[in-house]
Amino acid sequence: MAEILAVHSTFAPTAAQQAWRRWYSRGVSVLLSLCALLVMAPLFLVVWFLISKGASALDWNFFTQLPKPSGEPGGGMANAIVGTFVLLGMAGIIGVPLGVMGGVYLAEYASPRMNRFIRFSADVLNGVPSIVWGMVAYAMLVVPFKGYSAYAGGVALGLMMIPLVIRTTEEVLVLVPQSYREAALALGISQWKVIVIIVLRTALAGIITGVLVALARVAGETAPLLFTALGNNFWAHSLSQPISAMPLQIFNYAISPYEDWHRQAWAGALVLMAIILTLNLVVRFMSRDRTRR
Amino acid sequence: MPPQTPTRSTPDSSGPINLASSQEEIAFDIKGFNLWYGAHQALHEIDIQIPARKVTAIIGPSGCGKSTFLRALNRLHELTPGTRLNGNLRLFGDDLYSAHVEPAVVRRRVGMVFQKSNPFPTLSIGENVLVGLRLNGIRDSSVLQERLEYSLRMAALWDEVKDVLKRPGVSLSGGQQQRLCIARALAVQPEVLLMDEPCSALDPIATAKIEELIQVLRSKYTVVIVTHNMQQASRCSDRTAFFYLGRLIEYGETRSLFMNPSNPQTEAYVSGRFG
Repeated sequence: MAEILAVHSTFAPTAAQQAWRRWYSRGVSVLLSLCALLVMAPLFLVVWFLISKGASALDWNFFTQLPKPSGEPGGGMANAIVGTFVLLGMAGIIGVPLGVMGGVYLAEYASPRMNRFIRFSADVLNGVPSIVWGMVAYAMLVVPFKGYSAYAGGVALGLMMIPLVIRTTEEVLVLVPQSYREAALALGISQWKVIVIIVLRTALAGIITGVLVALARVAGETAPLLFTALGNNFWAHSLSQPISAMPLQIFNYAISPYEDWHRQAWAGALVLMAIILTLNLVVRFMSRDRTRR
Repeated sequence: MPPQTPTRSTPDSSGPINLASSQEEIAFDIKGFNLWYGAHQALHEIDIQIPARKVTAIIGPSGCGKSTFLRALNRLHELTPGTRLNGNLRLFGDDLYSAHVEPAVVRRRVGMVFQKSNPFPTLSIGENVLVGLRLNGIRDSSVLQERLEYSLRMAALWDEVKDVLKRPGVSLSGGQQQRLCIARALAVQPEVLLMDEPCSALDPIATAKIEELIQVLRSKYTVVIVTHNMQQASRCSDRTAFFYLGRLIEYGETRSLFMNPSNPQTEAYVSGRFG
């Protein structure tokens, strides 16, 4: 092949040059593949590590029993698992309506100047360290009401969700073609009905995706809960009491000196990881459905 | 501002243009209408009377203001920030821009079909047709059923979709989707139907169907159609208005405007020498 080309063109590379190019190309491909593997390696290492260290401590009791005092074998994290879902529920109650409505305002009503300002603010808030959110909730709820509570933890996580949900909601609403809004308005439908029934419904899968991403993001947060929800070794009988959460429980067990608490911490990390992974898989599924349409 | 459009201000140019003397009913009566996008004036001193239950075509090169004009007829241009207007625009005698008239009420009277068909993707065929009625508060299922069939029949789509009303609106072909959009616009019982290049995204067969449909619609509705296609204007309209650079250059019976234009710019455009 190379010889044939050489006959026709004085610029044709020699066989040696072509061989060098092939090897060079192959070398770079291998290098890049290694980089990609390196990037993905932590995920697999983390999963593998969690399974190898945590799976042995996983049993039915882990999901159904309260933590046992140190030294006593067995026990579980039932209260922390439930607590995490309670906190996520409260965070959702605060973060989803405010975030979605803020996103609607941004996409549908805000003037360009207002839009820039709010978007910038939301981006800054997204970058605020999570422990700061904990301090905000601490100052807002723990100090005035003189006690750590599930409310305070839920509010801290909810506040964290708002800027995330605002931005993703705005992004998907902007993707809804203007022609749907025009068509609906041209039918004499009032603007709020156009937004609620036509625009939000069209963007629903995207908004749910954004909400799940935000939930997955705050589900693993420990810092905002440290001095709000505080943690609890027993069932919280009311939302105004301290409540346990998986990241808190893992944190407390991990810094303890006891061997079986360490194993529980691994198991807890494995379960938390599984929950977040599941959320992300649901998101993948939903967004694939959306692009298919 | 002195009249820039001799065809409108001199009553004798050719018989049918003298609209004031005919007894036909006027749908839109527009006088001294100006419209700005920010600092840019998109429409200059438009004076035009659009007859009821006739098809009026608006032609002109891209950017001449014909779509802007159409969107001003149902106040849809108000979605574009920074628009301003003055002048007088009446529909069957009612000032559409008077301070206490809601845009939504205007748009219920003046429906619109867009260049690209845009059935709502989350709604079925039937829901697409009825969405305007439902969201305007009509719940009576016998009324809805009747409007559904009537609108789809008017849009010449009933026979094709009557068995698949529950399927998504976007599952139809392009031409069917456009007729679905026409049915959707008709369902709210407008007096006027505006069409903004309704066939420009369709193949010739679908285009022919829509044009046929326009001929049926004119018996009940006032139709205003913006088109780039001069054959289409000459085939399916009664009146034609030629816009250029935001001004109404010539307006008259379609046949005379195409056969015997009185303005040299109109003549150049309809004979294909520019635009």
